[in-house]
Amino acid sequence: MLEIKDLKAEIEGKKILNGINLVVKPGEVHAIMGPNGAGKSTLSAVLAGRADYAVTGGEVSFNGKDLLEMSPEDRAREGVFLAFQYPVEIPGVSTTNFLKTAINEKRKYLGLEPMEATAFLKFMREKMELMEMDKALTSRSLNEGFSGGEKKRNEVFQMAMLEPKLTIMDETDSGLDIDALRLVSAGVNKLKDGERSFVVITHYQRLLDYIVPDFVHVLYKGRIVKSGDASLAKELEAKGYDWIKAEVEQEANA
Amino acid sequence: MAEEVDIIDQVVGQEYKYGFTTNIEMETAPKGLTEDTIRFISSKKTEPEWMLEYRLKAFKYWQGLTAPSWQNFSYPAVDYQDIIYYAAPKEKITLDSLDQVDPELLKTFEKLGISLSEQKRLTGVAVDAVFDSVSIATTFKDQLKEKGIIFCSMSEAVHEHPDLVKKYLSSVVPYTDNFFAALNAAVFSDGSFVYIPKGVRCPMELSTYFRINAENTGQFERTLIIADEGSYVSYLEGCTAPMRDENQLHAAVVELVALEKAEIKYSTVQNWYPGDKNGKGGIYNFVTKRGICLGDYAKISWTQVETGSAITWKYPSCILKGDYSVGEFFSVAVTNNMQQADTGTKMIHIGKNTKSRIVSKGISAGKSHNTYRGLVKVNKKADKARNHTQCDSMLIGDRSGAHTFPYIEINNKSAMVEHEASTSKIGEDQIFYCNQRGIGTEEAIGLIVNGFCREVLNQLPMEFAVEAQKLLAVSLEGSVG
Ligand SMILES: Nc1ncnc2c1ncn2[C@@H]1O[C@H](COP(=O)(O)OP(=O)(O)OP(=O)(O)O)[C@@H](O)[C@H]1O
Ligand SMILES: [Mg+2]
Repeated sequence: MLEIKDLKAEIEGKKILNGINLVVKPGEVHAIMGPNGAGKSTLSAVLAGRADYAVTGGEVSFNGKDLLEMSPEDRAREGVFLAFQYPVEIPGVSTTNFLKTAINEKRKYLGLEPMEATAFLKFMREKMELMEMDKALTSRSLNEGFSGGEKKRNEVFQMAMLEPKLTIMDETDSGLDIDALRLVSAGVNKLKDGERSFVVITHYQRLLDYIVPDFVHVLYKGRIVKSGDASLAKELEAKGYDWIKAEVEQEANA
Repeated sequence: MAEEVDIIDQVVGQEYKYGFTTNIEMETAPKGLTEDTIRFISSKKTEPEWMLEYRLKAFKYWQGLTAPSWQNFSYPAVDYQDIIYYAAPKEKITLDSLDQVDPELLKTFEKLGISLSEQKRLTGVAVDAVFDSVSIATTFKDQLKEKGIIFCSMSEAVHEHPDLVKKYLSSVVPYTDNFFAALNAAVFSDGSFVYIPKGVRCPMELSTYFRINAENTGQFERTLIIADEGSYVSYLEGCTAPMRDENQLHAAVVELVALEKAEIKYSTVQNWYPGDKNGKGGIYNFVTKRGICLGDYAKISWTQVETGSAITWKYPSCILKGDYSVGEFFSVAVTNNMQQADTGTKMIHIGKNTKSRIVSKGISAGKSHNTYRGLVKVNKKADKARNHTQCDSMLIGDRSGAHTFPYIEINNKSAMVEHEASTSKIGEDQIFYCNQRGIGTEEAIGLIVNGFCREVLNQLPMEFAVEAQKLLAVSLEGSVG
């Protein structure tokens, strides 16, 4: 599904990603952890095609296609979804209208007819039930005045609507109360079908109790410095990052 | 930021969709403006003597004036002797039969999406089509007549309803009002006339569609709407023009009169040719629009979506004379490339307990400039007047400008006047967010801008709200990415 080879990126001359290697197969869940400022959000932004970052090396292929060659909208239409760490507000545009536009743009790209209004609304109702979304939220302006938790839930709801092949979640669990965390995780688990893959960026082991990862990676100074299974997350929770940082320094000095 | 400029540099300049010309034999007045020109126009219209006298008085007054220069933009001086003041299709048109209208003309309006032929008319909308200086056809006349509603061209009204015209023409915008009002009074060619009788709710939208076609021609239409006691009417005007290299002048006057408990809703979708990317050509849109709430509890509501013209200079205003009368102004003004707009409103509170509301949304892209200029004036005797003004500007890219000049004049202590203003920039974050959901940049801008204007677009009649939304998106195409 996703193959990242030696990916390097910088912003304003500052090197942030220093050679990322990662392979995500269909149906897999990968968790990415790491200290603040390690480059986790940068990695997700580069994969989504944010133009502020200059890719200075490496390759990324998505289902056999060169992801880095594609415009951000085409990446999305091909099935890459990013649940943002800080979702933006778009005043005057309802979530409903926004998603209808998004779905029909994707359908156009895939050579399909636009979805009719009634079919769309039915589809949306189903997904709202599935994700236990509050109806009031979808008719309000997109993210405007939403609480932090509501914004995150709205991201996951959009994911359910757009049915991506690969979802990258950037700290979707931060700011969620315990019930919302459960709802969001349940939502993600419902979307797992053995084909869809997830890259989950998080600081907390807690989320990984609900969404059980196949792999856990530690990102530090723009590199994946350690990988393991779900137990690695537990170890990090208990010990923090210092021992990993020390390992990295040691290797660098060797 | 670097990215944003870069994107804007990729401008692909959307072609103006309505830029075609119609080849048709025209009868025109000789270029220039003298007393003879005015006599020519008046005689072409076989006008009564009182009308000619009015025109000549206005002309004499205009001759003593100089063009105003206080606006927040500059433009090359207009040579008023280099304009043709009257142009009409040569073929004689009988106003009550479309069969005799030149098929070329009908085709022109079809192309513009305005069907004048019986079968294809917009349902629920009566249309008066004005081509250069004359009204071509007015639809649904008979149905309206049954209710006593008069909807016809101004030229026809001068003949058929002289009492109403004499009573109200120039009563809201006298020719002494300003330079362009004087010019219009002298040379106005055609326009629409509406009268809604007492207690009648006009059953359909009334709409006038203006088209400038001929070269070197100015369009000076004059619209007068009178809503008698307790009546209601919703009126919409639309306009387009061919793409031409030289600037063309459009100096219209619109007067609205609402008597006791009457309501007039006036909507404009202005899409005159804006000129090309480098600012060559385009319409100078210098318009005087004003309504008066003569009676108590009267209401006048202006809604405008201004996307076209090289320069727009207009302030649809309300004189709130009747007690408890209400004035509203909802505006979206979009400027792109080299366009300039200086627009806003005046709310003059004279009666007691009068209320006004202003919602202005200005969007500037390219190297354009967009100015809101508004006056809220509360007279001495206007006890408990209320005004709320909200003025939002949105910038696309960093080479455009937004300016706000709110003037407030209060002469009564019980007045309550509130003003809110904001300036925002379409954020790269917003665009990227849309991109990430599969929405391309142009679409994203359309979506964001339409969201920004929602409050105003919601005021438009359904039939036109959708059109206006598309128009907003189209006029900003090429502004980013
Ligand atoms: N526009 C920018 N200009 C300069 N530095 C930047 C810019 N954007 C990000 N950075 C830097 O890049 C580094 C990586 O940031 P990133 O947001 O990817 O970290 P993160 O791993 O997601 O951290 P967190 O856990 O706090 O979310 C940080 O040091 C940050 O300050
Ligand atoms: Mg981050």
